[in-house]
Amino acid sequence: MQGIVIVSHAYGIAEGLKALLSEIASDIPITTAGGLDEATIGTNLPRVSDAIEQNPAQTLHVFYDLGSALMNVEMAEEMTEKNLIVHKAALVEGAFIAAAMIMSQADAEKITEELKKLIVK
Amino acid sequence: MDLNNAQQWLSRFFDYIEEHKAYLSELDNPIGDGDHGHNMARGAKAAREALEATPPTSLEMMFKTVGMSLLSKVGGASGPLYGSVFLAFANQLKGQDEIKDPKTLFASGLEAIVRRGKASVGEKTMVDVWTPFTEKLNQAVSSEDIESMVLATKPLKATKGRAAYVGDRSIGHIDPGSYSSGLFFKAFIEAHH
Repeated sequence: MQGIVIVSHAYGIAEGLKALLSEIASDIPITTAGGLDEATIGTNLPRVSDAIEQNPAQTLHVFYDLGSALMNVEMAEEMTEKNLIVHKAALVEGAFIAAAMIMSQADAEKITEELKKLIVK
Repeated sequence: MDLNNAQQWLSRFFDYIEEHKAYLSELDNPIGDGDHGHNMARGAKAAREALEATPPTSLEMMFKTVGMSLLSKVGGASGPLYGSVFLAFANQLKGQDEIKDPKTLFASGLEAIVRRGKASVGEKTMVDVWTPFTEKLNQAVSSEDIESMVLATKPLKATKGRAAYVGDRSIGHIDPGSYSSGLFFKAFIEAHH
């Protein structure tokens, strides 16, 4: 099973994007690490690790917003046993396409290939 | 430097962060998001509390505790960057009750910063003070030396991190991460003597 992890500096962005994806892909496991808490902007390692571990999928497509989010994702990646695919695609569009493609049974490789068109980082 | 000394080093560093909190954020204003001081102070507070809650019995444990606190509490890029430094220190000092070779220790920290942030010298980041400081550790380093290393980031144009987006306007501002690193080095040499 493939899942999606959303990492954003803002709680509202992560949760909002999750809501958007759930519209088209309600069956896909999506977990989020948004903000330091509901009110504080930032990203941190424990929240990113939790989003990864709490996601029931073993293969995870990770989408993030800004610089330090990536640093925390990379640290979490070194600590997890799961198969992480960290995408440098535009956050909203990238995650949306990944969700749609997972729904239509595309494999991780095909999704990664498609998302290359959206690389912005 | 033994555990007791090293605790003084960190305690002094946290004091400096608290004292310079406003200035660090002010430095971050024109070229970043203006939160470096606030973020670091939040991390320093959490680290201090964690050390008080579970007093470390080894250098490894002390640096690990601080590293994990910064990783969970800082929030900005300085979280993973400083967090990685302290975890690298903990790793370097495994089973040792003294810091015998500061140069090797700081080199491991620099390596962690470079690995995490992927910056190189001249991009107006922490790397621009960590590199000369580590190189100079063969001999005595003074606060003036550290100050000039920090000031040397002022004329640089940022090409890494968020400051890269302001381009030429980053010229003429001290890099905030370099300034806080300077405080870290200063606290070290003071605790060392």
